[in-house]
Amino acid sequence: MAYFQNLFGEGWPLIWTLLKIVALVLPILGVVAYLTLAERKVIGYIQVRIGPNRVGPRGLLQPIADAVKILLKEIIIPSGANKFLFVLAPVLAIAPALVAWAVVPFSPELVLSNIDAGLLFILAVTSMGVYGVIVAGWASNSKYAFLGAIRSSAQIVSYEIAMGFALVGVLMVSHSLNLGEIVKGQSGGGFWSWYFVPLFPLFLVYLISGVAETNRAPFDVAEGETEIVAGFHVEYSGMTFSVFYLAEYANMILVSALCSLMFLGGWLPPFNVAPFTWIPGFLWLLFKIAFLLFFFLWIRATFPRYRYDQIMRLGWKVFIPVTLVWIVVVGAWMQTPLWLW
Amino acid sequence: MIETLVFYFFSALLIASSFAVITVKNPVHAALFLVLAFFSASGLWLLLEAEFLAIVLVLVYVGAVMVLFLFVVMMLDINIARLREGLWAWLPFGALLAIVMVIEMWIVLGSERFGLAGTIAPEGHPAGYSNTKELGRLIYTHYAYPFEIAAVILLVAIVSAIALTLRRRKDTKSQVASEQLAARREERVRLVSLSSGKD
Repeated sequence: MAYFQNLFGEGWPLIWTLLKIVALVLPILGVVAYLTLAERKVIGYIQVRIGPNRVGPRGLLQPIADAVKILLKEIIIPSGANKFLFVLAPVLAIAPALVAWAVVPFSPELVLSNIDAGLLFILAVTSMGVYGVIVAGWASNSKYAFLGAIRSSAQIVSYEIAMGFALVGVLMVSHSLNLGEIVKGQSGGGFWSWYFVPLFPLFLVYLISGVAETNRAPFDVAEGETEIVAGFHVEYSGMTFSVFYLAEYANMILVSALCSLMFLGGWLPPFNVAPFTWIPGFLWLLFKIAFLLFFFLWIRATFPRYRYDQIMRLGWKVFIPVTLVWIVVVGAWMQTPLWLW
Repeated sequence: MIETLVFYFFSALLIASSFAVITVKNPVHAALFLVLAFFSASGLWLLLEAEFLAIVLVLVYVGAVMVLFLFVVMMLDINIARLREGLWAWLPFGALLAIVMVIEMWIVLGSERFGLAGTIAPEGHPAGYSNTKELGRLIYTHYAYPFEIAAVILLVAIVSAIALTLRRRKDTKSQVASEQLAARREERVRLVSLSSGKD
């Protein structure tokens, strides 16, 4: 380390930060690639199929084959499309999904940027993901793409409110906006001291809104292939399409990570006894993220798509009242001696 | 040094994008430039260590307000030629207004109370200082009543906006979820056994 400091002098902190960013983003992109394979495999087995099994042992090289295929495909820009915005839209979709990882802690020490307003930062950054969809829909100059974009932006803006209120509950309980502090507030008596216990309704709202925010089934009306062919990315091909695809999976991983950090105790083990405490916290966090990701795939394979008016009803008339009521309940509960967290 | 550079970068970006908002022809481009302007302003606030305001600016204006703006602008079929009609006829009037505004701002900002000399440069804060916590404490203790009044005014505005736009048309069809959920199979489907006709 000292050697590099001498070598680069003043510029070393900058280079060191860049190296850390690369060390964070590359594994995420790797996980994204293999999550696509996991999705096809899991849904395959749920539907009594085998899923991809031709490329490499048990189909393990399938993501690499897909990447090569997609890189070699032509990028078609429709006539009448706004060229600059058309190419910019996939970038706008994937950038927030990766930027938000800057404040996600993997263990008490392992975090790229330990800022105090971490939770606010994540809320602000993830709220920008909708621009990718909306700009893509408009720049494509196609009515299906535009319909998909409008559906999606209405849905994302609605569910963001419920999601924000769910986080208000976490803030009240943890007294902090710092994600590391939020996890530390959940330590103590094993899984009973995790925040999903006192905030159970908020946990459910957050999880379901997370599915809706990422435009995943059963809330995937933005794509709705049976109604509007493929929604906002119908005109996209080759790498520009796959960047949208990657953004969806990166968002899924992000929502799972945030949910495990804020409600499921992050890197804390579920029991404070011997065999559980031997496993490093980093692995516990990964295990929780993997479980939630499996949950995402599971519900995609299980539920049919929501009707559009049902989505809006669920968001505005069910989730927002539930979160509002539970915030008041938690606020009152915290003033009584019955509060144990 | 670096802070000054960052300040000038964001300021230049803010001025350029705000200028582009009013000069570009395409209204969607103008809205997107407004997003960029909000972003640059939020960067400037971060330099002032006002991280709560900076992040909330992005969260509320970029994440919600501008999305709805874009939504509306994209659906409107705006005829640019019609908008440009009468530009020269109205130009003297607009220019006069602009000059009056510049003079007003000059009088206010150039005065002793608000001038650069009269304002104290914000001090840096220690590492543990939380801007969000301080703001919350002030809003909910010292400024509790003004804050509540502002909240009530906003609520009234929301209610009246809904009341003004809510029109019940008689010919629209809508589903009543409770009726749908209350439906039973026996009411909708009748099982009939038919002979296949072969025997």
